[in-house]
Amino acid sequence: MTLSSDRELSCRLATSRREFLREAAGVALGSALMRSRLAHAAGNKRKNKVIVVTFGGGARDQETFAPEGQENVPNMMRELIPRATFFTQVVNHGILGHYVATASLATGVYETINNFASLPPENPTAFEYYRKDLRRPSSDAWVVAPSNGFNRIGESNNRSYGPGLGARVILPKYLLRAAMSAGSTDYEHLLRDNYETPYYTPELAGGEFELEQLETILKLSVEDFRAHARTLSSPDELSLYIVRQLMAQMAPSLLWITMHDIDVAHAGAFSLYIEGIRRTDRLCAELWKCIESYPEYKGKTTLLVLPDFGRDADGDSGGNGFQHHRTGDTLSRTTWLMAIGPGIREGVVYDTAVDSIDLVPTLGAMLGFSPSLARGKPIAEIL
Amino acid sequence: MGPRDLKIEQFRSYPPLARKVAEQNLDALRGLPLSFLPSLLRELIEYDFKFPAERKALDDELRNLSTLSREQSREWLEGFSAITLSPRLEQFDWINSPAQFVEQLSAHLWTTHQLDAFRMAANSYADRLRAALPPAAPPVPRLGISIVGQGVTSYEGPLFRKLRPHGAYFRRISPENGLRFLLDAVSARSKAHPVPYAHWYIDGGEAAEHNPELTSISYAALEPVRGALLRRMRAEIARPGMGPEMLRTLMAQLHPADLGIARSLDPLLDRFQIKLLTEGSGTQIFSTSFAQWAAREALRRAQPLTLMVRFAARQRQKPMNELLAEGREITEPDYTGSLVDADMGAYYNWLNQQRLPGAEKSLFVAWFEGHNAALAIGPAMPRGTESDTPTDLRQLLSWMA
Repeated sequence: MTLSSDRELSCRLATSRREFLREAAGVALGSALMRSRLAHAAGNKRKNKVIVVTFGGGARDQETFAPEGQENVPNMMRELIPRATFFTQVVNHGILGHYVATASLATGVYETINNFASLPPENPTAFEYYRKDLRRPSSDAWVVAPSNGFNRIGESNNRSYGPGLGARVILPKYLLRAAMSAGSTDYEHLLRDNYETPYYTPELAGGEFELEQLETILKLSVEDFRAHARTLSSPDELSLYIVRQLMAQMAPSLLWITMHDIDVAHAGAFSLYIEGIRRTDRLCAELWKCIESYPEYKGKTTLLVLPDFGRDADGDSGGNGFQHHRTGDTLSRTTWLMAIGPGIREGVVYDTAVDSIDLVPTLGAMLGFSPSLARGKPIAEIL
Repeated sequence: MGPRDLKIEQFRSYPPLARKVAEQNLDALRGLPLSFLPSLLRELIEYDFKFPAERKALDDELRNLSTLSREQSREWLEGFSAITLSPRLEQFDWINSPAQFVEQLSAHLWTTHQLDAFRMAANSYADRLRAALPPAAPPVPRLGISIVGQGVTSYEGPLFRKLRPHGAYFRRISPENGLRFLLDAVSARSKAHPVPYAHWYIDGGEAAEHNPELTSISYAALEPVRGALLRRMRAEIARPGMGPEMLRTLMAQLHPADLGIARSLDPLLDRFQIKLLTEGSGTQIFSTSFAQWAAREALRRAQPLTLMVRFAARQRQKPMNELLAEGREITEPDYTGSLVDADMGAYYNWLNQQRLPGAEKSLFVAWFEGHNAALAIGPAMPRGTESDTPTDLRQLLSWMA
């Protein structure tokens, strides 16, 4: 396949998503909505708070927004998309490993760090730009991430930014492991570190949120944490629980949540992959309800949901379909972005190409910081 | 050292047949770019453990490379020649560790954004090779059989949704003796076309009684090997400095004897089974993943004329550390989840069969074991149709032939 045919396939994917969304969710085509520049400028207000959710470990079109996939994302279809602006063609041109891809989303530069090492991004993250430019305290930018491998995502090793200027990172599974160290094994099912290398858990390298801080920062006793975890079925549910606590106690203005249950697909069991998608769909809707119910967030929060990337196509003989994201084919690179919140047009779909690294410049324009080293460009349609 | 400086004594660690092939094709190997050659050596170093179809493909490819003029060689490989490598890769021991080189090359291509260029080079080379060496049609149309849903008492969801547009869906198949009919059909084909490794039976649980002439593997029979492998992995993970890449490399280097497989009459099959467990993802813990991956690898490597895959119930999902733990309790099966896995697995089995020569005449049957639903694909089966005609699997196979 040539590069131009790759682009054609990306466009076809986008068109297919668009047509489906128009039929199923009653959304309008963005290019048909004309506004004058002045009207657009008048509506271009700085956002108060932004929450980013990576719909992770990579989900394909045919299991989500293609006609045959709609049954797996009923909450997004019914509750979120009619109120959102939806981009059908977000292309990731970088390395398709979850940590390095998430780091690229967070820096606006395609990072090349080792996906399986405990390393910080090489370029400043959105959190660092945000805190340094706007002189925000560390309590105002947080990351909730699935595994030990993500514990360095909050700040880069860039000399002008770096240590002390990034986001606080919470690894809920790490906290749970600490909380259960007394001997109970009831929580074992939540503790798998990742699915790409399921037999390996990277060592932490300092700076992580410790168990004792549950009580001081999140006002949550270890006992309550343990008890609630007992009611949850997956790591992403645990992450959402922590996010709720964060929103209630700290009300950060920049909050980043990395979902990861879907990545169980690496084990090759299709039913578990589909379960992961359905759960993530439900959790995204729950998060939006949470935003709508918290006074600190209601009416002033933009929610951005996007996968870090897709998964391999069934038709690529180099891969094994949904199981991995190793071929770098078009399907595994082409995803979507949903934006919802005040000032965002409702029920609109755009199939113009957006690059994954456009996220940080867009966050910069929303929150008022200058991501000087990011390579993407702001997505004008949601500003 | 570059490919140009290759000497035959550098292949002394290769198994005997592989060494001989390298010696016979040394000049051709010397003319290949370093971004390409280790991929070929990765296949060559395994030559002694390859199936006949793989050996023939490799022999043909090397013979073709040997006959290319200098100008032709430049044209065929210019995409690979344009790939830039790091000094670390150039100094790597790619002769003795070609698989590890390819793994590091892959990371290098991602990091340096050369993956698309490499894919284009690989596709261009593969297209030229296919044109120069058109694959021979099989002596008889291939037959693929996928049996799903073992142990499921009832299921209301739709089945074979991805396969239905390609064939005929039968709603009133008599399940009586269904498994026996299918095994008999496979056995009859093996007697009619007695070619080594051409007729396979893969079972995700315990194998049913079958013709010993079939190439057969089962998840249940590999239970002790899987246990040994998991114990080994746990021990390796506990070693200081162990990382995922090193672990993968160590797993790839395991031999059947390392995992307690006694020397058998079929070292090729022994090696094949070990690779399913050491290189497959999820094959160690989920029988549905094992059956699908085994089928994929059998089709890709052995290019069988007949492949019957019977999926069984996998264990319910449990935490990885518990699954890895020694003396674990037996977990209950997940019948419905396994049916969904197997339904997708059947689709992948068909896709992988269709990648082989003779696809336009190939036959494929998927059956919900113990139930009335089956799907048949072949030139005689009208696509996207449904039938309420009462029949059984023996008759269905006869209609397809």
